[in-house]
Amino acid sequence: MNLEIKKWFDSGTPWIWLNAGAVSISLIMVLGLLGLILVKGMSYFWPANVFEAQYHQANGEQITLIGEISSKETIPVANARDNGYKIEDDNDLERYLVKVGNRDVYGSDFQLVLSTFLSNMHYPQELVVVERREWGNAYGYIVNLKEGDKVITDGQETEVELNKRLQNVLDVFSKITRIQKHQIGSINYEVERLRLKQRKLELEGVTDKAAFETINQQRSELEKKYELLRQEMQVLFEDIRRDSITLKTMTGTELTIPLEKMMRYYKPNAMSVFDKSIFYVEKIWEFVSDDPREANTEGGIFPAIFGTVMMVILMAIMVTPLGVVAAVYLREYAKQGVVIRLIRIAVNNLAGVPSIVYGVFGLGFFVYFLGGNIDALFFPEAAPAPVFGTPGILWSSLTLALLTLPVVIVATEEGLSRIPRSLREGSLALGATKIETLWRIVLPMASPAMMTGLILAVARAAGEVAPLMLVGVVKLAPSLPLDGNFPFMHMERKFMHLGFHIYDVGFQSPNVEAARPLVYATSLLLIVVIVLLNIFAIHFRNSLREKYRSLEH
Amino acid sequence: MSEVTNKMDPSGAPRTHGINMGAIDRSSASSLEENPEIALEVKDLNLFYAEKQALHNVNLLIPRKRVTAFIGPSGCGKSTLLRCFNRMNDLVDNVKIDGQISLDEDDIYAKSMNVAELRRRVGMVFQKPNPFPKSIYENVAYGLRLLGVKDKRRIDEAVEKSLRRAAIWDEVKDRLQDNALGLSGGQQQRLVIARAIAIEPEVLLLDEPASALDPISTLKIEELISELKKDYTIVIVTHNMQQAARVSDYTAFMYMGELIEYGDTNTLFTNPSQKKTEDYITGRYG
Repeated sequence: MNLEIKKWFDSGTPWIWLNAGAVSISLIMVLGLLGLILVKGMSYFWPANVFEAQYHQANGEQITLIGEISSKETIPVANARDNGYKIEDDNDLERYLVKVGNRDVYGSDFQLVLSTFLSNMHYPQELVVVERREWGNAYGYIVNLKEGDKVITDGQETEVELNKRLQNVLDVFSKITRIQKHQIGSINYEVERLRLKQRKLELEGVTDKAAFETINQQRSELEKKYELLRQEMQVLFEDIRRDSITLKTMTGTELTIPLEKMMRYYKPNAMSVFDKSIFYVEKIWEFVSDDPREANTEGGIFPAIFGTVMMVILMAIMVTPLGVVAAVYLREYAKQGVVIRLIRIAVNNLAGVPSIVYGVFGLGFFVYFLGGNIDALFFPEAAPAPVFGTPGILWSSLTLALLTLPVVIVATEEGLSRIPRSLREGSLALGATKIETLWRIVLPMASPAMMTGLILAVARAAGEVAPLMLVGVVKLAPSLPLDGNFPFMHMERKFMHLGFHIYDVGFQSPNVEAARPLVYATSLLLIVVIVLLNIFAIHFRNSLREKYRSLEH
Repeated sequence: MSEVTNKMDPSGAPRTHGINMGAIDRSSASSLEENPEIALEVKDLNLFYAEKQALHNVNLLIPRKRVTAFIGPSGCGKSTLLRCFNRMNDLVDNVKIDGQISLDEDDIYAKSMNVAELRRRVGMVFQKPNPFPKSIYENVAYGLRLLGVKDKRRIDEAVEKSLRRAAIWDEVKDRLQDNALGLSGGQQQRLVIARAIAIEPEVLLLDEPASALDPISTLKIEELISELKKDYTIVIVTHNMQQAARVSDYTAFMYMGELIEYGDTNTLFTNPSQKKTEDYITGRYG
């Protein structure tokens, strides 16, 4: 027996099992993580059925409940008894978390109910879910459609008329948004620039009246333009504020919802799987393309995606040349000795410094010192408001560039050291100087290694949150760092970031229950963004590799 | 470490100084048949890698438009000597060179010598084919582009001419834009020769150009060498004595960093004047 065990050990089988086991565990963890995020994140957008049921409350009252079940859990019966329910048998109970919506009426979106006390649960086709711009979803039955105080329709034709009017309202609303965001936004931007220009002239002690006159003239032109837009918006607003619908809620009260506040309405119980699929795709699109609403707990996360990608790209643009140049010096020019070895150790150790430390450094050096001095030198007219002396996307990407620099240096050095000596000699023997050899042969051949460094850098930078909280990320940025106002790139602006968004929605939100699925969905999106960035970089690297594929010397 | 240092004397045995230097001086060169012009002149060359001396007091004259072969056992310094002609040894750390080498009367180790310019005049082909990971066309055009030639037609012509002279044109003319790494070893070596002659050097150094190739490719390279000597001064390092006998006009035998005997190939192989040469040629060591 003992001999057999020894034989088994000697055969190496346990070792193989151990290795394979380690791989399996890693695989299970990765797939489990992805699976959880995928399921939780993607199910958020699926329109669940809405039930209507009678519920016996602990105080003996019977109420009607309308809502969707958002989660189920099992609780010990004692818990329920503590809450005043009278229950005979000792079995565990099932408890539902029901999303009842109508936050403006009930005060909370969610209600906990025990499944035993639910009766007559059914799914009426006529139940309507209204997505609103404020106060979250509303659940109930449509009673009528009003224009001002006058009821236009109630009954069968209501929906036809409502669809027509809602479509119109949505069109007008998007027009208003466009005016507000772009036209009025750029007017404000111009007015601010004029203010700064005037302040600058004042600071420079210019007394020439004509200069101020031009500014005033431009300003009054902008004001005229603004007045026109304001009037246009006034008209549009009047147009959409007129109509409203009345909704009968589960408590029987009637809720008036102006069409202006409606995003859409739908009847989940009457929808086929196909309808729901279309709805699902629309919701996902809205999620990735829209601005957030209601303290980030509703709407989309487009600014966060944009901010993340732009910050990473800026970081890549900064870190690559710097890292490559540093690696070239270390590998090609510096005399290999103790000093270079020390520098190399220092560079490698930089990669191990906790990221928040980089954040502190970025805040102290980039924001306060560099930014503060830039402001003092170039933007005295903006004082006391800072321009660059405040966290922003430029400082964020610089901080992350610093954070990922070691990765790029190490990878590039590795690549440079792998270029066969024979190729360098071949080039030198043809009369190339060292720098010509470097530019024409060595660097192109090392470019796949640089890309490897960049891929690692991007993966690290896109997931980093802690330092960004100090140097530029905000909960809600009023405008993107890239827009149509000259000079288009606004490097000093603050930005939104998916990683920070997850933290903010999940843990800083006033409505945690409602936001939880969003945390998963945003996590999923963050992973997708990083994977896409990586796929792009890897694809690029592979084509470089193919191009500079070298025989193994 | 570099190829060169690997080939250094592995025994570390004490040097035998004072043996008969078989080097030829200018007067003995003129005793060579046809009284050829001299392309390269080596005077009292000593080379040290850090503390180790790799070449001992070498004196040598290399005639123009002839093939001169260096033979000798591994680590005898023949490649090191070859790499002195285009200052490839400069790339090795801690190398120290004494003495003088002249190319057409220009001292190549003079301070005023532009090394890149020198290497354009003295081309080199290495033991292993080392085409760049570029197209066949770009490999040959590389030297011209370094010279700043922009005219497409001129480059086209030079590429075709060089490939023809390197006897590889017919094999690659239909795929000039393909990656050079797709060629066979023998083709790559001929491509590298074409690359070297595209910038019209005066001297062509061949460092065991056929040692990594199969017999048929070797034969082609040898034919090519005989063809190229019409226009170029060729210095070839080889392990293969038959090859030296076949392709070269003059042969130098080196041993432990010293030039033992140098002379007309026929004479050296049939009637060596030094005992060491004879022992090596007859295969007693090596």
